Amino acid sequence: MSRKRRRLWILLLCGLGLGSATALTLTAFEDSLVFFFSPSDLAAKPMPPDRPFRVGGLVEAGSVTRSTNAEGRAETAFRVTDGARSLRVTYTGILPDLFREGQGVVAEGRLRPDGSFAATSVLARHDETYMPPEVADALKRAGHWQPGQPPPPAAQWNTLSRPAAN
Amino acid sequence: MDGNAAPRGSSLHRFANPGRFMRLSGAMLPWLAALAIAVSALGLVWGLAFAPRDWQQGDTVRIMYVHVPAAWMAMGGYLGLAVASFVSLVWRHPLADIAAAAIAPVGAVFTAICLITGSLWGKPMWGTWWVWDARLTSVLVLFFLYLGHIALTAAFDEPDRAARPAAILALIGAVNLPIIKFSVEWWNTLHQPASVTRLDAPAIHMDILWPLLVAAAGFLFAFASLVLLRMRTAILERRARALMLARAAAARLPEAMPA
Amino acid sequence: MSAFLDMGGYAAFVWPAYAVAVGALVALAAISLRQWRAARAEVARLEALGPRRRGGGSA
Repeated sequence: MSRKRRRLWILLLCGLGLGSATALTLTAFEDSLVFFFSPSDLAAKPMPPDRPFRVGGLVEAGSVTRSTNAEGRAETAFRVTDGARSLRVTYTGILPDLFREGQGVVAEGRLRPDGSFAATSVLARHDETYMPPEVADALKRAGHWQPGQPPPPAAQWNTLSRPAAN
Repeated sequence: MDGNAAPRGSSLHRFANPGRFMRLSGAMLPWLAALAIAVSALGLVWGLAFAPRDWQQGDTVRIMYVHVPAAWMAMGGYLGLAVASFVSLVWRHPLADIAAAAIAPVGAVFTAICLITGSLWGKPMWGTWWVWDARLTSVLVLFFLYLGHIALTAAFDEPDRAARPAAILALIGAVNLPIIKFSVEWWNTLHQPASVTRLDAPAIHMDILWPLLVAAAGFLFAFASLVLLRMRTAILERRARALMLARAAAARLPEAMPA
Repeated sequence: MSAFLDMGGYAAFVWPAYAVAVGALVALAAISLRQWRAARAEVARLEALGPRRRGGGSA
């Protein structure tokens, strides 16, 4: 019985040590664990020029301009915002299907001397909200959801009784 | 899969408990397997044909009905592996070793399903098959932990000697579980945060959530059936091994054996 | 029906995802069943090889 108890304590102590070591390591490497920086992160801790990195946030409503360049490729310019700050991004190439105003986006590239961001790739980042299109339309019609904005909190619409969607 | 195949030789006293396990699991397994097939089929057909499209992701949301249950089984399976390993190390229960060795390949298959279906979902929605963000990378690490456990278990000729190193590996790897779960909250990731396990209401409409929960229940039954079946196989393999060793010993020392 | 098969233009992603999931689980079940049958046959063969000689005495 006491040998079992001793093994139990040794294992728990090992687990504690391993857990704290992991927590310390992850905290130390936090900067390389984040997949992208928000415009506010970049304002607080500016990136050196010519260093590639990723910037993420929402595509600012009304900021998207599309054009075709001299070689006939699609060019898109938009602003990435995190609510507090925003950054102008330009990109040449095909955008993912989900790309639209108010949608999450992660752009990879580097800063230009003028402070705008030249993206070499653009990924869409969707939020964790899942609902039928009819429910989304009903929420927008009822004024609970401003177009170009993130969806309202789930507690407002996801009750067991269905919202009158039709 | 009848219960009659349970080992009857009670002289192998170490397998007294596995003997009871064989009777119980033999009675349960046909029902569990039938439930697994029926409930998974219900959840997947519901998700494929009857659940609504999603407002932002259209029909690709249907990949969720295989991706998310597989992800839950991948993580829940590893939790089971860690608990079995803990019991094995502290109490040295032979069934715990057998359970750990049975869980690892099943968990690895569910993790592979999660990774592949996630990739098939990421390409049309995010615009990429794969990124090295914290969530995707930590799930890939989970897959390698499962593979490492399988390889370590297979590296020993005697299953009893593999148990302890494999259990230690499984417990060390368990630090990865909270990292997977909270990666989407601790660090910016391309993967979105949790939809179902939230403090407020789940961010999934009920018309999409119900088929997801049914598919998850079906996957859970499938996981349990496969683990039980593999545990039963492992017990029979150990019994065959014990019979063979006993015969070999009897052949070497015929006079020393009691009549 | 063709709209169902088309999956809103995402057929190339939705159907392979389901095929991978179902295929992998069915394959794992088939392999596990075969291993079970082999182990059961092996134990039956060993038990049928005459009276069992017990190495451990009467425990």
